[in-house]
Amino acid sequence: MSEGPYTHQAADTAYHFVKSALAKGHEVPRVFFYHDGVNVSSRLSVPPQDERHIQKNWSELAQEHGIDLVVCIAAAQRRGLLDANEAERQGKDANNIAEGFRISGLGQLIEMGIQTDRLVTFGD
Amino acid sequence: MSNIKKFLYVNRKAPYGTIYALESLEVVLIGAAFDQDVSLAFLDDGVFQLTKGQDTGAIGVKNFSPTFRALGDYDVTKLFVERESLEERGLSEGDLQEIVYEDEDDDWAEKPSIKIVSRAEMADIMSGQDVVLSF
Amino acid sequence: MSTLHTVNKSPFTNGALLSCLKHCKPGDAVLLIEDGVYGALAGSSVAGAVSDSLEDVTLYVLGGDASARGLDDGKVLSGAKTVGYDGFVDLVVDHARTQAWL
Repeated sequence: MSEGPYTHQAADTAYHFVKSALAKGHEVPRVFFYHDGVNVSSRLSVPPQDERHIQKNWSELAQEHGIDLVVCIAAAQRRGLLDANEAERQGKDANNIAEGFRISGLGQLIEMGIQTDRLVTFGD
Repeated sequence: MSNIKKFLYVNRKAPYGTIYALESLEVVLIGAAFDQDVSLAFLDDGVFQLTKGQDTGAIGVKNFSPTFRALGDYDVTKLFVERESLEERGLSEGDLQEIVYEDEDDDWAEKPSIKIVSRAEMADIMSGQDVVLSF
Repeated sequence: MSTLHTVNKSPFTNGALLSCLKHCKPGDAVLLIEDGVYGALAGSSVAGAVSDSLEDVTLYVLGGDASARGLDDGKVLSGAKTVGYDGFVDLVVDHARTQAWL
């Protein structure tokens, strides 16, 4: 998932795709967030009540189906997304990664390419 | 059973205007540690990533074009550049930086990493992959 | 085995669709999603190029994206097939690899 939420439709398309794949009985072990896609993981997002909540949708889907939501650490740090550990390590006064997401390296993407039958990219 | 998969990194975007080219290269560098069969494809505006003479001093952004020349050290030695994409942009192979690797199977002879291919050959390369990562 | 190509850009502002079609192999499928669905418009300036490629390649349109943009079946090239997200998943399964033309 390589594009940010709301500006671009990619995070929505990916979400609907993953939901459909799961409904059909496929396994979706991991979603890797890269480029501006890392912005999906911010728990500080507050969309209007009558709009879809992209981060929350992903967190809930992940919790329900055990999907590993991985946010690329290099891409995330550039864009100001830190989990509690990283915030402490970098001496920052806040962290903002939502529940269900975790920060890790690009190897997590390559690993999925090796281990899974299919890899699908959503982005801009 | 072989665990080696064929990975293709498809680069279709120009550098600097957006971050895709740089962050693609970062994936390639990390991915190199996984000992897979890696190729890079440069087509459409992606061919601009490999041009000579990039100088980013005035825009305050890191010039990452020299990094392509280090790919050989990571055993990334197959950089396919599409001829039609070059021609459409008024470019030829001479406008690209020289990128070489040392072939350990041939007494460490220096060989070019860039291979200019036709659009039809590029389509064949794409269709022969296990995993295609697009940037 | 064949490839599923996804295109999410309008062909009127971006070359992704035409580039994709030039790199398809016989038996491949092209799925138009997001703004890519405009590439299936009948009577457009790219409709000829898209139709010509349909001899070798199957063209799909993500129905939800077409509906959202007011593209009903009457506005879409007759050779294009409409699928839902579940059809998208099946296409990914039915082809050896998926290549996104971002």
